[in-house]
Amino acid sequence: MAQAKTLEVKAYQAKAQFGYRRHPDQDRASQSPAEHPVVVVGAGPVGLSLAIDLAQRGQRVVLLDDADRIGEGSRAICFSKRSLEYWDRLGVGDRMVAKGVVWSVGRIFHGESQLYQFNLLPEDGHKRPAFINLQQYYAEAYLVDRVSELPEIDLRWRNKVTALEQRNDGVALMIETPEGAYRLHAQYVIACDGARSSLRQMVGAEFAGQVFEDQFLIADVKMTAEFPTERWFWFDPPFHAGRSALLHRQPDDVWRIDLQLNRYADPVIEKKPENVRPRIARMLGHDKFEFEWISLYKFQCRRMDRFIHGRVIFAGDSAHQVSPFGARGANSGLEDAENLSWKLDRVLRGTSPASLLESYHTERSTAADENIRESTRSTDFMAPNSHQEARLRKAVLSLAKETEFGKRMVNGGRLSVPCSYDSPLSSPDADAWHGGPPPGCSMLDAPIAEQAYLTDAFRKGGTDFTLLSFSNGAAIDPPAGVKAIRIGGESGLADPSGLVAKRYDGGPGTAYLLRPDGYVTARFRHPTSEAVAAALSRAQGFN
Amino acid sequence: MPLSTDSNFARPDDAFRAVVEAHRGLTEEQSADLDAALVLILANHIGDIDVLREAIGLAKRRMIDSQQQQQQQQ
Repeated sequence: MAQAKTLEVKAYQAKAQFGYRRHPDQDRASQSPAEHPVVVVGAGPVGLSLAIDLAQRGQRVVLLDDADRIGEGSRAICFSKRSLEYWDRLGVGDRMVAKGVVWSVGRIFHGESQLYQFNLLPEDGHKRPAFINLQQYYAEAYLVDRVSELPEIDLRWRNKVTALEQRNDGVALMIETPEGAYRLHAQYVIACDGARSSLRQMVGAEFAGQVFEDQFLIADVKMTAEFPTERWFWFDPPFHAGRSALLHRQPDDVWRIDLQLNRYADPVIEKKPENVRPRIARMLGHDKFEFEWISLYKFQCRRMDRFIHGRVIFAGDSAHQVSPFGARGANSGLEDAENLSWKLDRVLRGTSPASLLESYHTERSTAADENIRESTRSTDFMAPNSHQEARLRKAVLSLAKETEFGKRMVNGGRLSVPCSYDSPLSSPDADAWHGGPPPGCSMLDAPIAEQAYLTDAFRKGGTDFTLLSFSNGAAIDPPAGVKAIRIGGESGLADPSGLVAKRYDGGPGTAYLLRPDGYVTARFRHPTSEAVAAALSRAQGFN
Repeated sequence: MPLSTDSNFARPDDAFRAVVEAHRGLTEEQSADLDAALVLILANHIGDIDVLREAIGLAKRRMIDSQQQQQQQQ
């Protein structure tokens, strides 16, 4: 069994090599370059997902990547419920979950003893778990497979953007390939080219924020072990005195280990396997493991001031960077993709004004601030900046042994949940509510039958604006172009466990207007066609 | 509810004394540890972030005031 898994990894690593292929665009005279509606730069999880989303909405997408293989190392490993729901819509969710390691429980230790444990999804009735762990190279490989099923996407490996020029109606790109340079024109360019984004430099934007001085060693080791599938975090463990450590399971018997090092550690020396091995052996109590990947990090929390520069839009790590404790990097990048794609699709079709794109910046920069705040707090708790900060942390850790409030103050990473938006697209509540997701919050999942969920109903037939309503005699018809999900009544979906009504505070007639990214944009106790139409118009950027 | 700066103890001297005695016999380091734990316990008991921020503001203003007084005396 273990051998079969090893072969599977090898198969993927081999498959992860892609060929450069010449494209007819390269043969055009430089005065008349090919015109494309959207060029996405960077075929990582964010760029690939965004391209798939746009293609499923019927847009033609050119996706450029300067490499010809999937990035090495496991890198991002924790994918959130929200990300899995998005990947369900992109047609890759089942594959990710089948391969991934499902988890929802974390434990925090101090020294030798457990301080507390938490469950990130303590309730039933959700299609997807709180998290899966999956090496980023698997996620990328599955996304690339999906891309190959979509003729709308033109994925070009070893195509490196070397210059860009903003025009009134688009962007001119200069692209370097193994066979020389060529030019392209795009109405919009989406930069998903990572934390060291070269497009960010090309638009002359700053990437301001905080660099943390402490260094963290990240090692993925392969071993057979009996640890449960949980996230284990230590403060001051016996095997790594005075610092913190993290242990987390991935598929294929690979384990992620993070060890905090001091700020003066020499990265070149610390990264050598012969120096990493004794540290890990001390932690595991044996040295029967092999290294998959070793990396040394200084964490950074930074963001661009504006995510939109003319016709160039930044998404994922190119726009914002966080420390990894909290799984807020790749997951927030995927939230960027789902937030941007439906808006860009509408703008390209001319069904919404270009100003709708501004709400991408408004909503996702708020999310970036929240993610940076959370991850900064976690990192500061793990690596206190002063004697007094260390003293306060010591007090929290000692209080956590016997008090509930102390446990809740211990910060070993606050894991990613969907951000709620105070958005100009949302229509504020006009009725009284005693629960349910308010406008600006992500929709909640709930069962609608055996093995079928609300998120399934939402994505069926493509995700567009959707009116979710609870039956009340003659239901109102949704406005043109809006899908309907009806709960209860003769033709509606069942609510076998009552959880749809419970989670949406649903009574007879209650209706929620959902955006194509699954966010609530308005809700009504007694909807009228006029009120729904007004909320829809606002959410589509007409105001 | 705003921060209460009225005298809330029937016997304020007892309260002051209780804190003073808690520090008796401790080194500077131990005293600072005790204070850190006390601050967190009491902050949680108050359970109101606005009151906590107001209390921090009052404590910080007092530091600035006493620094200025010291400078004037010099």
